[in-house]
Amino acid sequence: MRLSREIVDHVAMLARLGLSEEERERMREQLSSILEHVSRIQELDTEAIPPTAQVIALQNIWREDEVRPSLPIEAVLANAPESEDGFFRVHAVLEQS
Amino acid sequence: MATELIRLSAGEARRLLDRREISAVELLDAHLAQIERVEPHIHAFITLTPEIARRQAEAADARIARGEGTLLTGIPIALKDNLCTVDAPTTAGSRILEGFYSPYDATVVARLRAQDTVFVGKANTDEFAMGSSTENSAYGPTRNPWDLERVPGGSSGGSAAAVAVGEAMLALGSDTGGSIRQPAGFCGIVGLKPTYGRVSRYGLIAFASSLDQIGPFGRTVEDVALLLRVIAGHDPADSTSVDLPVPDYRAALIGDIRGLRIGIPAEYRVPGMDSAVEEVIEEALRTLQELGAELVPVSLPHTEYALATYYIIAPSEASANLARYDGVKYGLSLPGETLLERYLRTRGEGFGPEVKRRIMLGTYALSAGYYDAYYVKAQKVRTLIKRDFDQAFERVDVIAAPTSPTVAFRLGERTADPLQMYLSDVFTIPANMAGLPAIALPCGFAHGLPVSLQFMGRPFDEPTLLRVAHAYEQATPWHTMWPALAAQV
Repeated sequence: MRLSREIVDHVAMLARLGLSEEERERMREQLSSILEHVSRIQELDTEAIPPTAQVIALQNIWREDEVRPSLPIEAVLANAPESEDGFFRVHAVLEQS
Repeated sequence: MATELIRLSAGEARRLLDRREISAVELLDAHLAQIERVEPHIHAFITLTPEIARRQAEAADARIARGEGTLLTGIPIALKDNLCTVDAPTTAGSRILEGFYSPYDATVVARLRAQDTVFVGKANTDEFAMGSSTENSAYGPTRNPWDLERVPGGSSGGSAAAVAVGEAMLALGSDTGGSIRQPAGFCGIVGLKPTYGRVSRYGLIAFASSLDQIGPFGRTVEDVALLLRVIAGHDPADSTSVDLPVPDYRAALIGDIRGLRIGIPAEYRVPGMDSAVEEVIEEALRTLQELGAELVPVSLPHTEYALATYYIIAPSEASANLARYDGVKYGLSLPGETLLERYLRTRGEGFGPEVKRRIMLGTYALSAGYYDAYYVKAQKVRTLIKRDFDQAFERVDVIAAPTSPTVAFRLGERTADPLQMYLSDVFTIPANMAGLPAIALPCGFAHGLPVSLQFMGRPFDEPTLLRVAHAYEQATPWHTMWPALAAQV
């Protein structure tokens, strides 16, 4: 199978990856060959098989709803590219009305 | 004396430290001297932390003097650079996290700190642990101590190389599809991937959350048992860590495997398998038989689908986990006119080629129209792979197989073809798919390079894995052999 250029562009946008022209072409070739390999699982009949998302018997874990210390705000913001008044500063998403 | 000190196992060093025959500072100095000598050739570390190590070694000596030393007090260890540390940068081998200081320690790191274990540095890794050679690190590749033209394996290649060449006595790595076992094999040391849920993943930079597990490297099985004992156990901060008692793993090292039933899966003979490696493995199996174990043929019929299943599930989980690198909260942040433009630039320039490839693959497999055919289908095949193991373990105690189909390959040999690189994990991936514990240990040489034997076990049955690995180790000379580079003065 060979991926179309439209699919590569679409997936790159979904993943929020800015790719150069050259990267897109190389990605198209490499992903096509990997997908060809992984597609071999299609030959198995899994009609009656339940999916496994994880392998241990997990149960919901309950605890008292009590106040506990969390990470200090200064420590969390220390890595932020931009912060202001104890918040992460982000680029405006909405237009001003 | 310094050379003798770096050749000690952690178990031996523990005894000498407690008898005050050596000090933790002396032990550290011997390792720092070795680092100075060999690190320019090996490049096992992204960040060295000699000042932190010295403070820890001094604290360890004070503690031992008070008679309060514990299992790993004063033992020099390397930490894979995807384990969060508050006092040294954590990069995960990526430019996108260059200079990142975590506001918290990973739980395994905190457990070691509590013992006054000595952190010599943050070990090199393929970017976000995605790779099999350490060539995907944004900070340059690590080289194999046995042959500098060859890779140490990956993704925990820095951890494995550091221990193999005496830059650290122990190391921690992480294993999502073989990233502890394959480099342990290529570098001729012991590496263990614990059962999923045995060790807390809190503070391990996430790659594929249903597969990732932190585990120990050492030059002997006893050392791996010691380190596992310290890092294992329930942690409220990781809801997938299991609340089961942690056994004293050293107690399992009884040296007797008479009557143990070892499964030999027919499916672990693949095209492309190096015949010299195969001969070494056959010889190792004969040794196990001579030690009194019974070799039992078993079948794991879905083995041939494990690699394909992995390369759907792992990238899918990775594409979700790596969505957090958005240039807002931490890490690289590149300017743009709009928020979208910022995302595209930051992620496009911050991630390396393999990480982008896997994000693309995972995003594709999870996207509308492909989700059922790829992701859900792969999860169903995962069930089949797990059932194969469940059935085999009704008849045998452990399963033996090669760790890798070849010895360490040359740098650059597989970088052009991602699929070729992926194939080096064909024998290690199934244990991750099924969540099983697995250990890799040296079992001889082919083409002058280490060959590795793998044992896979029942969930939470690390004691039996360690027992069989230890019995084999004690009957063979491989754990006493060092790469020439480690000994040159």
